[in-house]
Amino acid sequence: MTFDPLTIRKDFPIFDRSIRDGKRLVYLDSGATSQKPRAVMQAESDFYSQHNAAAHRGAHQLAEEATEAIESARAIVANFLGGATDEIVFTKSSTEALNLLAYSIGSAPVGNRFHLKAGDEIVVSEMEHHANLIPWQELAKRSGAVLKWFEVDKDGRLDLSNISEVITSRTKVVALTHQSNVLGTINPLTELVERTHEVGAIFILDACQSVPHMSVNVAELDIDFLAFSGHKSVGPTGVGVLWGRSNLLAELPPFLFGGSMIESVTMTDATWAPAPRKFEPGVPNMAQIVGLGAALNYLTAIGMEKIHEHETHLTEYALAKLQEIPELRIVGPTDMSLRGGAVSFTVGKIHPHDLGQFLDNAGIAVRTGHHCAWPLTRKMGVASTTRASFYLYNTTEDIDALVSGIKDAQKYFG
Amino acid sequence: MELDNLYQEVILDHYKRPQHKKLSPTYDAQVHHVNPSCGDEIDLNLSIADGVVTNISWDGVGCSISQASVSILSDLLIGKPIAQAYSIFDQFVALMQSKGAIAGDEEVLEDAIALAGVSKYPARIKCALLGWMAFKDASVQAQAKSELE
Repeated sequence: MTFDPLTIRKDFPIFDRSIRDGKRLVYLDSGATSQKPRAVMQAESDFYSQHNAAAHRGAHQLAEEATEAIESARAIVANFLGGATDEIVFTKSSTEALNLLAYSIGSAPVGNRFHLKAGDEIVVSEMEHHANLIPWQELAKRSGAVLKWFEVDKDGRLDLSNISEVITSRTKVVALTHQSNVLGTINPLTELVERTHEVGAIFILDACQSVPHMSVNVAELDIDFLAFSGHKSVGPTGVGVLWGRSNLLAELPPFLFGGSMIESVTMTDATWAPAPRKFEPGVPNMAQIVGLGAALNYLTAIGMEKIHEHETHLTEYALAKLQEIPELRIVGPTDMSLRGGAVSFTVGKIHPHDLGQFLDNAGIAVRTGHHCAWPLTRKMGVASTTRASFYLYNTTEDIDALVSGIKDAQKYFG
Repeated sequence: MELDNLYQEVILDHYKRPQHKKLSPTYDAQVHHVNPSCGDEIDLNLSIADGVVTNISWDGVGCSISQASVSILSDLLIGKPIAQAYSIFDQFVALMQSKGAIAGDEEVLEDAIALAGVSKYPARIKCALLGWMAFKDASVQAQAKSELE
């Protein structure tokens, strides 16, 4: 099957509507959230209209069907990531998945391999999204651990020249993004994961910006935990995924407590069900989990390699065209080596909010601001940026529209 | 173009030639306000004497709407008695929150009437209000200080 973004676009009902008085929607904000294909909406709707009941509870037919729907989705996610089914924990978001890890690690008692004591070290980087920074800042404060980080160089790459000083024998946790949501930088994981394991620490990957856009295999990467979100992967909002190695999930204490995460309960104590149930108290976001299964099936049918190739082509095209615009500065790598389809930039003195508003008037949706990565935008020497991010339904015409919109804005605000 | 309703000439003028954009070394209250959704920041110094706003000066980074709005505010409120400044403040906030339903009184709001178009763009209302909220905060602090003295 040849890859045709215009055919793909027909699967996404939102592209049938117009924006700001009849303009074509040019959606360049998939880094914030992706649009949804009909198959995902249908799967959610079918769950509610045909199978709705509380999964993992009850002996009736609907409860069985709901349970089967959730567990099928779990198997789809596991296959998609190259992990085992019982290594997939559903959360309400990737933010929750990362917080789950931070809280669970923080509550590990003495003797547990995750236990943190004062002086232990947690390593992040300057390019983390707030969701993979603040949970670790707070964990460091609670535990007395020291927060350390890799710096970002002027090209928007991680500076790994001091890797053995940043990751040391005191390091317990290394939590890094796979692809920066601002810069588009893809981090070279091999060296980082090897060093992490060499010192006996665990490696946590924030894969929100990579799993939707390229083939990510947890076994090949040799990582320990991974988080990604459904809504950035053409799936529903309200569902995120935490993958963890089964032996680590077995030792990690639970984060949220309540129904169906237990093995046995008395008035004074409780014991836990095995993972993943230990981490999934309460009736789960069932329709969203089922929708995520449909989303990953949709992406798999098209092919993650093809999607990545398409986005690489779009990014290369965008970088070339954008750099022809006078006064436009790309904030992030301008070469295509280890680079994904999020392109941030500034345009002379035009404030990103004004540029975003002007582009919106032309039907073009971009993100403006600090993109929930404030320390990074500060480090790159900008107050905020405009970001265009690409996905399987974007075309070079979308980028042409962006380029022409930016040039018009320069005349308007100039 | 519809965008011209938002970016009135007056706004672009104030943006390109901001008024009172140099922090005065003397003041009764100094505040720093941030718009966390976009990172825009403003410092505002306020002086009050005998119940009258005697000086407003500011510095900051932000979009044309936020910068023009604080520039307009400074022009408009310097020399006004505090009670009148608050009345103008209330009318401006009501205009911003009106979703385009009210036109605003040009006699009262003067150049600030040019920001009326912002009320139709919910994401931008915070930009227009950044300087005004800083002023309100500073005025409360300045009055509290004068009561202590």
